[in-house]
Order: sequence, then C-alpha cells, then structure tokens
Amino acid sequence: MNASFVKRTLAAVAAVGALASGMGAAHAEDAKVGFVYVGPIGDHGWSYRHDIGRQAIEKEFGDAVSTSYVESVPEGADAERVIRQMAQTGHNLIFTTSFGFMNPTEKVAKQFPNVKFEHATGYKRADNISTYAARFYEGRYVAGVIAGKMTKSNIIGYVGSFPIPEVVRGINSFMRGAWSVNPDVKVKIVWANTWYDPGKEGDAAKALIDQGADIMVQHTDSPAPLQVAENRGVLGIGQASDMIKFAPKAQLTAIVDHWDEYYVARTKAVMDGTWESTDTWGGIASGMVDMAPYTNMPDDVKALAEETEAKIASGEIHPFGGPIYDQAGELRVKEGEDAPDEMLLGMDWYVKGIDAELPK
Amino acid sequence: MIRLEPRRQHSQAMVYLSPVLAIIMTLVVGGIIFAFMGKNPFDALYTFFILPINNSYGISELLVKATPLVIIAIGLAMGFRANVWNIGAEGQLTMGAIFGGGLALYFYDSTSVFLLPAMMVLGAIGGAFWGAIPALLRTRFNANEILTSLMLTYVATLFLSFLVHGPWRNPEGFNFPESRPFPDAGLLPMIFDGTRVHLGTAIAVFVVLAGWLLLSKSVIGFQLRVVGKAPQAARHVGFRQKRMVWFTLLLSGGLSGLAGLFEVAGPIGQLQSSISPGYGFTAIIVAFLGRLHPVGILFGGLIMALTYLGGELAQMTLQLPNAVTGLFQGILLFFLLACDVLTKYRVRFGSIAAKGRTA
Repeated sequence: MNASFVKRTLAAVAAVGALASGMGAAHAEDAKVGFVYVGPIGDHGWSYRHDIGRQAIEKEFGDAVSTSYVESVPEGADAERVIRQMAQTGHNLIFTTSFGFMNPTEKVAKQFPNVKFEHATGYKRADNISTYAARFYEGRYVAGVIAGKMTKSNIIGYVGSFPIPEVVRGINSFMRGAWSVNPDVKVKIVWANTWYDPGKEGDAAKALIDQGADIMVQHTDSPAPLQVAENRGVLGIGQASDMIKFAPKAQLTAIVDHWDEYYVARTKAVMDGTWESTDTWGGIASGMVDMAPYTNMPDDVKALAEETEAKIASGEIHPFGGPIYDQAGELRVKEGEDAPDEMLLGMDWYVKGIDAELPK
Repeated sequence: MIRLEPRRQHSQAMVYLSPVLAIIMTLVVGGIIFAFMGKNPFDALYTFFILPINNSYGISELLVKATPLVIIAIGLAMGFRANVWNIGAEGQLTMGAIFGGGLALYFYDSTSVFLLPAMMVLGAIGGAFWGAIPALLRTRFNANEILTSLMLTYVATLFLSFLVHGPWRNPEGFNFPESRPFPDAGLLPMIFDGTRVHLGTAIAVFVVLAGWLLLSKSVIGFQLRVVGKAPQAARHVGFRQKRMVWFTLLLSGGLSGLAGLFEVAGPIGQLQSSISPGYGFTAIIVAFLGRLHPVGILFGGLIMALTYLGGELAQMTLQLPNAVTGLFQGILLFFLLACDVLTKYRVRFGSIAAKGRTA
C-alpha cells in the first residue's frame, strides 16, 4: 500500500491543488506545521533534507501555513518537551524526524488528540500518529551496482552509524547490488556510533581507505567521508542529499531523500480535514528516494545504473529477491520470492558473503 | 602593555556579585547580537528568558531540566574545592543509569515497592564504582584523574550502546536499539500531576541542603576546603589527601549515578543509547557558575536549564538557530571568568613592561 498510497495522495493533491488555485484557496483551514530535527539543518544530510521538505510546504501554501522547527534535539528527555511545546503553541501537524523521537511522540500524542503527528522511521502508530520512511535500500542497490563496476581493488569502505535494521538492510542491499555485477567485491565496515560527527566520520573513512578501499559508502549524515574520498583520490557515494559540491571528482551518485511531496501532501490533508493515520514506505517509484546525477563514471556504467534504477522502480528487480541466505547459510528467502516488509523492517542479520560480524 | 597584578585582598562581595554582573552583561551583549540579527532585542530576550517560565508548565520543565545538573554539580563542587578534578561525571551518570536501569529490566514485570529504592541505591553504586576507578588510579599510580575520568566516559557510553544494541534490547522492539520500558514500579512517581516533575527533583533539593551542611558544618567539609586552599598546611596538620580523593570521587560519582538513574527512571522511562545531552559536562559549568557553593549551584543549575529551554523557544517562535543557545552559554561563561579575573587581579597599564621595552 505504501508506494501506491503516496501516488494516490499526490494525485489527489494535484487535483485539489488545481481546484484550490482556481478558487483562491480561501476556505482552506490554516495549518501550523512543526518539525523536530535530530541534527543541525546545516548537516547537508538527513536533517537538511527534511528542512528542504519544510521549505517546500512554505513554497506551496505561502501565507496559508506557517512552519517552524527545532534543530539538534537530543534523543532523550528533551525531545518530549520540544514536541509538547510545539503541540501547546498551536501547531496542528508535527513531524518528528528521527527514530529516537518515537516514544516521546507517542506520549505527547496521547495528550493532544487533535494534533496530528508524523513520526519518521518508527513503528508506533495511533489515531493521530502516522509513520513514514523511505526505501533507501533501493537506492543502495543501485549504488552497489555502480560500485561493483567501478572498484579496482574490489574493496568497498562502508561507514555505518548504528547497527540498526535500517543500516544493516542498506549494507545487505548494497552488497547484493555489487555482487550482481562483480562477485569478488568485499566490504569493510566501520561503525562510527553517531549519525553526525564529521570528525569521527572522516577518521573512519581514512582508516577504510588505508585498508585498500577505493569506493567510500556511508550511512552517516555529514559529507566528511566523501570529502576524505575526494582528497585521497578515490570514489564515493553521497548520502541523503546531492553532495557533489563537496566531492566534484569523487561522487558517483548520491542516494537523495526526497520528502517534499509527502510533506506537502500531508499538510494539505490536515488543511482539508482528510488527514488519517497511515504507514508510508516509499521507494524510487514513489519519488521518495532519488538518485543524484550519475557522474565520474563511463557511459556504460551510467547506462547500467539508469537501467537498474528503472527496473527497481518498475518492480522487475527487488533488491531482496530470493534466494537469500544469511551468514550462517540458512535460507531466509526462497527462490522466486521477495523478502516481506516485516523481514526487512527487523533485519538484524547479514546476507551470506559479507565478511564481517554484526555488532551485538 | 597591559598586565595583571594580584590584589592583596579581594572583595568578598564581588565573589558573589560577579555571577550577577556576568548575567547582566550577557543580557546586554545578547541583546546587541539579536539586534544585529534583525530581531527586536527585547522580544528576543523575552522569548529566551521569560517566555519559557511564564506558566506553571514551563516552570515544571525548568525543574526537570535543572535536576540532573544540580545533583551532579553539587558532587563535582566538593571535589573541585579539594583540587580533585572529576571531568567524567557524564560516564558516571551513564553507569548509574546502567546499574539502576539494569535492575528494572531484570525485574521487568515486578510490582514491588522495593524496586525503585533498590534502583536508586544501585544507580548511586554504579556511579560511585565508575568514580572509584580514577580514584584508585590516582592514589595508587598518581594518574591524572582529569584524563582517566574523561576517558572512562567514552567507555561507559559505548558500554550502554552495546547493551541496548545487544543483550538488553527490547525483544518486542523490532531490533531497534532500546530496552524494554521500565515497569511502573521502576518509574519515579510524579510530584505534580500533569507535569514531569518527579521524585528526583525533590531529592535534588535535599542534596543541595545536605551538600551545604556537609561543606559548612562538618569536619570533612572543613578538610575539603583546607586541602584545596592550602595543601601543605593540610598535610602539616595530618589531613590525608588520598582520603579526600577517594571521598570526593566516590561522592561525585555516586551523585552523578543517581542523576543518571533519575533520567532513565523519570522522563525517559527506559534505557536507550543516548540518555543525556551532556549533563555531566554542563554540570561543570554549573558548579563554577554557582561558586562551588550548594546554594549558588541551585541557582546556576536553574539559569543553565533556562538557556536550554529559551533556546528551544527561540528556534520555534523566532526562527533563531540552535547555535544561539551555545552562544549564550559561552558568553555567560566568558563574562563570569572575566569578572573573576578582575576580582582577583588588578589591571595595570604601562610601567614595568614599558621599561623593559627599550629596544
């Protein structure tokens, strides 16, 4: 339902938008939309992309809505206060954009039944809490295909944040993409234990390149690993936003988070009174996952990347199409089947072939 | 040339007035910065310092935020007075949360009234244990406790991260890195309904009183002050410095551990990989802001907490960046140190330095 839901909503928004612009949208209920970010909006990654989505709301509705945000909110006791303050100060739609905000969002939502909440990357829903996330693993599969073609040392350097299902899924998907074109590829993983710490991320990238990695992949939010790749003359994949300006010679592509349409659609739903609690998990097909322009690669690799992207969008390729074995050799997904979403959401095992141990 | 000359006698009044002066100058400079940013300085200062506490809910949140800062800073101040520099309160806080929280997770279906008190005791023990390591290293091997306590902070936070990613992960939590929620019997009771002011806040007030009594009325408090101010005299009269190191590190570690337990058993309600936005480090500033005096620390903790709350509201209502919070805290500390320097030293222009510069 996820991808199709987004499409349907977008279509509805387009239709309503056309109508409303004809009528001047005078009757629409004003919306006050709040955003809670885990990082600084200048991280050029995760929080930055959410803030671009917030700006899209302002652009779309102009004076009919007002938006506000609080950045760098720690995932502890403070989050609940920030979210509650937003609810108290008249926001009627609040996006909490980090997994760690899940329980605070749930607590506050119970006390403010008339305020709509949207929690990114979590799993707790209620009448006034929706959840949403993007299938970034689809983009990672495309990135893996490119990396498999481009690597000379056959060693990929991967900077991970935390070994949560989202990140583990990304590593698995990336490597399945890489192996689809080059079975000899190996991955080396360093856990930075942070989402945003340019110093640590950069150090991890340096260590990986010293170990022979010639493609830098990251699942952390700053451009630091890519900048290290640029300085050391190796290639890399950008994260969350198009980071080409930080690494004009190194970036092959970037897996871009694209929340704009979703945020506009949800704001519209609140204004129209049609908001309902939903669970959205959109991928390349829905536009939530975007690939930055393919650069620094020969034309045949670029063509292959574009083809892979199109096949994932059409459903011809599923990054987790069977057969899939885990590291212990156990068959997790049968031939001819695709991994179900529940398995992907709770993924805490590496696929067979990854030569690393998952931190437990 | 400008040079600083120590004052023979410095005004006792100024020691206590300098934080007030520093706050006033922070407000003035802050107002100027806001004006440069194109905001009405009075609106901005109002949003920052009054709006967060102009209703009872705001005040309750201020108390919640100040609770860990005050509890930790009281312990740290005891050590700082005796020249024992525990910089690792953040790690001790984390170990307290792990020890006390671990008990709640072990008895996750318990309804016993003894669970919470036992968690508090274990929290304090956990923090004290983490403070004991630098104490041992200092007294045995003369290792600098600034370094050892700081480095142990990273060990503690990574240990917590390991636990919630692995053995203590919520089995019903889709493999996300957080523990089960604590049982109700393991959660701090709220003092006021509808707020997050918990039992820990009341205990913080008690800690302030106890700290004041300890420092001003007890023999060990007297020893602390003497060891810090005149170590040789202290040795001469037979005060044992090693005992001071042990006492202050165990005390500040224990209090930090208790503060950590209060965070996880209070507003958070479970263990997760990040439980503190750096309370252990901020408390160092609070201790100095409060002149290492328990009552001063109480006020210092409230002011520091206010800058956080104000920073959030300034972002929400004035679209100011989060960096403004850090900026305010930095300016405040700068002026405080500047006032202290000028209280203890006199500024001299010219004279000796000018004579020296004949070439």
